[in-house]
Amino acid sequence: MVNEIPITRTQLSNGLTVLLKEIHTAPLISFWVWYRVGSRDEVRGKTGLSHWVEHMQFKGTPRFPPGVLDRWISREGGMWNAFTYLDWTTYFETLPANKIDLALDLEADRMVNSRFDPEDVEAERTVILSEREGSENEPLFLLGEAVQMAAFDHHPYRYEVIGLKEDLRQITRDDLYHHYRRYYTPANALIAAAGDFETGMMLEKIEQTFGHLPPGEVIRKEIPQEPPLAQERRVEVKGPGTTVFMHLAYRAPAANHPDFFAFTVLDSLLSGPSSLNMFGGGGVSNKTSRLYQALVERELAVSIGGGLHATIDPYLYDLVITVHPKSTPEAVLNAVDAEIQRLHVEPVREEEIQRALKQARALFAYGSENITNQGFWLGFSEMFATYEWFAHYVERLSAVQPEDVQRIAQTYLQPQRRVVGVYQPTGEEAMA
Amino acid sequence: MTATPSSEIWRSLPGPEDITRVELPNGIVVLTRSNFNSASVVINGYLPCGSKYDPLDKLGLAGFTARALMRGTARYDFHALHDMLESAGASLGFSANVHTITFGGRALAEDLPLLLNLLSSCVREPTFPIEQVERLRAQLLTSLAIRVQDPAEMAELTFDALLFPDHPYGRSEDGYPETIQKITREDLAAFHQAYFRPQGMVLVVVGAVTAEEVMAQVDTALGDWSASPMADEENFPAVKPPAQSIRQHVPLPDKAQTELIIGTLGPKRNHPDYLPASLGNNILGQFGMMGRIGEVVREKAGLAYYAMSSLNAWMVAGSWEVNAGVNPANLERAIGLIQEEIRRFISEPVSEEELSDSQSHFIGRLPLSLESNAGVAGAILNMERFNLGLDYLQRYPQQVLAVTREQILDVARRYLDPERLIIVSAGPPIDG
Repeated sequence: MVNEIPITRTQLSNGLTVLLKEIHTAPLISFWVWYRVGSRDEVRGKTGLSHWVEHMQFKGTPRFPPGVLDRWISREGGMWNAFTYLDWTTYFETLPANKIDLALDLEADRMVNSRFDPEDVEAERTVILSEREGSENEPLFLLGEAVQMAAFDHHPYRYEVIGLKEDLRQITRDDLYHHYRRYYTPANALIAAAGDFETGMMLEKIEQTFGHLPPGEVIRKEIPQEPPLAQERRVEVKGPGTTVFMHLAYRAPAANHPDFFAFTVLDSLLSGPSSLNMFGGGGVSNKTSRLYQALVERELAVSIGGGLHATIDPYLYDLVITVHPKSTPEAVLNAVDAEIQRLHVEPVREEEIQRALKQARALFAYGSENITNQGFWLGFSEMFATYEWFAHYVERLSAVQPEDVQRIAQTYLQPQRRVVGVYQPTGEEAMA
Repeated sequence: MTATPSSEIWRSLPGPEDITRVELPNGIVVLTRSNFNSASVVINGYLPCGSKYDPLDKLGLAGFTARALMRGTARYDFHALHDMLESAGASLGFSANVHTITFGGRALAEDLPLLLNLLSSCVREPTFPIEQVERLRAQLLTSLAIRVQDPAEMAELTFDALLFPDHPYGRSEDGYPETIQKITREDLAAFHQAYFRPQGMVLVVVGAVTAEEVMAQVDTALGDWSASPMADEENFPAVKPPAQSIRQHVPLPDKAQTELIIGTLGPKRNHPDYLPASLGNNILGQFGMMGRIGEVVREKAGLAYYAMSSLNAWMVAGSWEVNAGVNPANLERAIGLIQEEIRRFISEPVSEEELSDSQSHFIGRLPLSLESNAGVAGAILNMERFNLGLDYLQRYPQQVLAVTREQILDVARRYLDPERLIIVSAGPPIDG
């Protein structure tokens, strides 16, 4: 299994953390740079900064003008991309093993030398507005954004990563550049590489390309935690269409909290197994989960999905439901509450936990087929815990007892601790 | 930069040496390749019947049938079937396209017998329980109600209908609300009875099992399915390029972004034009950050988050299209820029450098696209479906390198006529 392969963890003298995992199944290497910055580090008025900086990282440096990198990586048949999340921003290249130097050179270069040309900033403003408008075409984006905002009063987790439209209209080039200079430093970054290399040689290469960069400042922000919601909040979003959607969000524990693992088992029973795979692997359906049985099989909903998020601070446990045309949000909510009530009073069976474990093991095996996904795992867990969190994930799930699941349900899944969001369509009866 | 993969990569490409292909006495073709790097296994394949057999008043019949296969069989009801799958962390699914009913699944290698047993039960002995059929119908109708509000899907649906009038390629495989309403349980059973045969079925298995084990397990699950007379292959009407440009807008009030498609016919997959068109398309709207189109529409003008071209080559014809998501105010400008790029593309050959970049990309990306079991299974299925030969990937680099700039210009001119394009947009209503 993946977590049996040893990894190497070290730190350069400038504070850059490095995690390496040799995997010799294909002549490929996936190279990742993670920065401890995301929408968690933004304030009202400047939401969307981290994601926009990520876009600007593709606009070139004096050494690698725009287009050049793209061309080189594409020519080698490689893949590169970047993601911005609540807590982190990450960049990766997956390339044939003998071409990986290119990734190191470009990541070291753009950690410090990106241009942030004012004209590029303006062109990217409309690109990002277009990205946001594409999302606004989706009812579930509109609903999710409203629910997220209602779930927190102050914490930056209340904003979508892409940022508010009014902020995207007025963020300046200097805002972006300062954000970049502050957070894109070795002290605030982590390198994760997985694939077909020899650890000693890879470390040497990393030292050569990144070792001379100025360390920068370690930034570990403490954000005041908000008390649990004292009262249920309801939000309604109106928009085009004929389908009613619901989004329930319960305040959930941080990934590093001991409750997180029991909550993962609970989620698996309630809404089906979730996968930690970012690339490849596919999923397992949830048709035997308790909520699918209670909602879809009883024709109150046509689909249900749920998920927990691995985050630094306590975030949300989401249930997203497409309401059956012949049902109502209230009927759905009653059925959800009845299932949650059952978890409060009846301990789950040991075999249900065993089943969740087997599902987790299978999902891990699927994810380990893919080198890029292995590189992702290596860095991801370090953003909110350490790699140990990931390496012992299945083990920690297997320690969960029925009474833990019951306690989680009693603690977190209380109506007063949630936001209930409903998308109310304004359209007439749909006919194509 | 060299355009030839290293010998190490070369040896790792699936080919006749390590793909086992066996035709069972009942006509099922089984292809398999072992990969012991991870404990998992992937299956995919198809049965040779699809929406081409849908009666006009019951469009969506093949798709409805495919989706209903897992709703209950002679041996397993809906719950038992999904309980077996989900308890193993395995997955299985069916869907329909014009020519085939396709399936795909994955499991831990130890559960391959379970996966094959369920596959067999679903394709051979589905019972279409009435209650499940009605539940599924409501789910299909809801997804069609969501589709009718989705600009990207509505643009694609409208584009296909205009490009392929009176042709199965121009009709939705998912059907339309009024046709899904008309389909009865008996129609599903009759479709299954008429078209499901072992002859022409293709099954690919890739993962941590030996070819011998695979063949023995497949034989146990499907070997005793007896062949019976085949339905006649349907004759497809000929396709013709548009006689003139057609401009159509699908108004979707209250949406934020307009989805745009500009395109025409493309070559079928098994045509000598396919490879030059495919390389040309890569240059036009894919290479790097979406080729020439992406450079002009996204990078220079900042008009869209995505703007790209694609070649969709299928059994009897294909389409060649440019897609973009733009702010409604920028729609006409985006159309103009894209038309200009198409004119440029057919007026002069691509540069030496562009061709060499795309050739290198096509060859270089093979290892990455083939690292996972799903990637290998997909490649093997394509070899079989389009009769490309098991040595296709091994011959591929030479074929790619043999394509010339003149060939690309020639196919571009024969397919892309700037005066005869179908231009479809879907989004907020257009004034005037």
